[in-house]
Amino acid sequence: MADLAEAGRPPIRAARLRLSAALWRRPWLKASLLLAPPVIAFAVIYLGSLAALFISAFWQVDSFTGKVVHTWTFDNFKTLWEDHTYWRIAGRTIGMAAAVTVTDAVLAFPLAYFMARVAPSRTRAAIFVLVLLPLWSSYLVRIYSWRTILAKNGALNWVLNGLGLPDANIAYTNWAMWIVFSYVWLPFMILPVYAALERIPQNYIEASGDLGARGWRTFRSVILPLALPGIVAGSIFTFSLTLGDFITPALVGGAGSSFIGNVVEEQIGINGNLPFAAAFATVPVVVMAVYLVIAKRLGAFEAL
Amino acid sequence: MRKLHRRLLGWGASALLVAALAVVAAGCGGSSSSSSSEKTTGTSESGLPTSIGKGEGTLNLIEWPYYSDPAFAKTFTKQTGCVIHRKDAGSSNQMVALMRAGGGGGGGQWDLVSASGDASLRLIKGGDVQAVNVNLIPNWKNFIPIFKSPAHNTVDGVHYGISLQWGPNVLLYNHTKVKPGPTKWNALYDPKYKGQITVPNNPIQIADGAFYLMHTKPSLGITDPYELNKEQFDATVNLLKQQRKLVKLYWNYDTDGRAAFANGDVSLGAIWPVDTLALQDKKVPVTEVIPSEGATGWADTWMLAKKAPHPNCAYLWMKYVTTPKVQAQQALIFGETPVNPKACSFMDAEQAGSCAKYHLNEPLSYYDTIKFWKTPIADCGNGQNDCMDYNAWQKAWTQITG
Repeated sequence: MADLAEAGRPPIRAARLRLSAALWRRPWLKASLLLAPPVIAFAVIYLGSLAALFISAFWQVDSFTGKVVHTWTFDNFKTLWEDHTYWRIAGRTIGMAAAVTVTDAVLAFPLAYFMARVAPSRTRAAIFVLVLLPLWSSYLVRIYSWRTILAKNGALNWVLNGLGLPDANIAYTNWAMWIVFSYVWLPFMILPVYAALERIPQNYIEASGDLGARGWRTFRSVILPLALPGIVAGSIFTFSLTLGDFITPALVGGAGSSFIGNVVEEQIGINGNLPFAAAFATVPVVVMAVYLVIAKRLGAFEAL
Repeated sequence: MRKLHRRLLGWGASALLVAALAVVAAGCGGSSSSSSSEKTTGTSESGLPTSIGKGEGTLNLIEWPYYSDPAFAKTFTKQTGCVIHRKDAGSSNQMVALMRAGGGGGGGQWDLVSASGDASLRLIKGGDVQAVNVNLIPNWKNFIPIFKSPAHNTVDGVHYGISLQWGPNVLLYNHTKVKPGPTKWNALYDPKYKGQITVPNNPIQIADGAFYLMHTKPSLGITDPYELNKEQFDATVNLLKQQRKLVKLYWNYDTDGRAAFANGDVSLGAIWPVDTLALQDKKVPVTEVIPSEGATGWADTWMLAKKAPHPNCAYLWMKYVTTPKVQAQQALIFGETPVNPKACSFMDAEQAGSCAKYHLNEPLSYYDTIKFWKTPIADCGNGQNDCMDYNAWQKAWTQITG
């Protein structure tokens, strides 16, 4: 402070000038200071919790007191590997995530295409609102309403019976889960696909036509490859959201519809067996890591 | 620009690494120190309070929804000045999870938890609840004898709470679809009802299978459905794996089971009397029966959290809810049975014949037909630690339902 005052300027102003000069000379320092808070938050909250999860997967619970014992063991992973129940549950979870992703891609593409390339701007805005509208209400409310729709005395069977068709017994089945998942995550697929389709320059399509390609050929060789990163980006959402869910299986799934998330919830809630839950929870982390690597290869991160 | 970019990345990556390591180190250090400082369970009798002091003005409860119904809780607050803050739990597991949050023992936030028998021993073994002086609860000596020191809340003569109410796990059926009405538990294992059955999604449900085998396969030698050796346990798990093929829904919350009955998705199943009342209120054609073999049942206990911040209000509450009139009020609101037989006349005064309807006037032998929930432990009292513990029950339950 003393030597600043000697410089004959108000000390605070002088310090500020010095600081800004220092930062101007070293742009990397400026950038680092700006980035430090979010990077540290990311590291602590996100990577730190992942690390904690992974570490606790190697601990165990004392079955008498229910307390976590901090001795290193592979027992949790051994149980997971040897008991085919957990294979079945993991397989069901991943299979459902894949089925929902494909369903949403198939449903989202035509709508996104219509929004991006066909609809006039006013219609497009209206569709946007309709796509986003469900997100305004609670996810839980929407699941409960599906349960009411699919119930034996519900709206679906009422319509079917009105058409002279027999009851569809899909309440509390994996079919019910598939329908509900596909419904709740659909907006998360539509938006990235729309963004990808909208970015395709019109003159590519014209050029394709000039070169003699018909509609189907243009679609296959021009539109689909350019939209693919968008589809893959959307699939990251639908796949990971389904993979981590446990509420939908608990509410609309029937006997034999447990997901990884349900086992995790039961292990913690019933047993207080955090280590085992952590061990099982590494499965979706690994699955997602593999999925993201593939998605990156397909260029999904350019469309986010 | 490109250079800057790369430098930044390098800087960011090293910062990440350092921070992550710091977190890991902090996490390890923190948890190991906390576990070493925690006291073991088994509070001595001498540590108990000998009188109830003045209320602290607040009482925080984890409870089955509306276990502190304003119908009787208002008077309590007026009398004692203890304002009740309650957290409704939908399942025993949620209760245990809530009690263990924030470092266990109620986290210094909760005073009492209305634990059922499948949760209470877990809370005791986990050191989440503390011993209670029953002499401070005047009505305790009036309780039906089996509820004074039941195995689900009293260990080695130490009371970890005050019994509250109980109820059977009943067989409920839609009488327009299931004819003639079932009178035995075998209905829930009958392929005739494939896809129409609902049972609770709770490992303690294995006891219902064992209870059924206890009566149908005496050769297994099951005497207590919560104390099963390996052979008895495996037989029960096999039975329940067969049952799974018939089950439409394993309900998580009783309200889910209720909805399945109301929507016509299931026509018979195991559920609680409170759900029967709710469904009949909505004119759903259901009938409840306690099958001729008897039933498993739950009994709830107000348990005092180890780190209860308002112990005086907690004692005042335990004292209040065991008085005959409040016992009767609560029983009629929830469709459950008091543990204090003096509530009988109050029940009849409020709703004629309700004392008999809820079996409060039964002889003691009646309670032999009800097997009350208790957390299974390895030591089942025969001197050998050969019973399957709750961990095994939980694992098997995942195998059955998952």
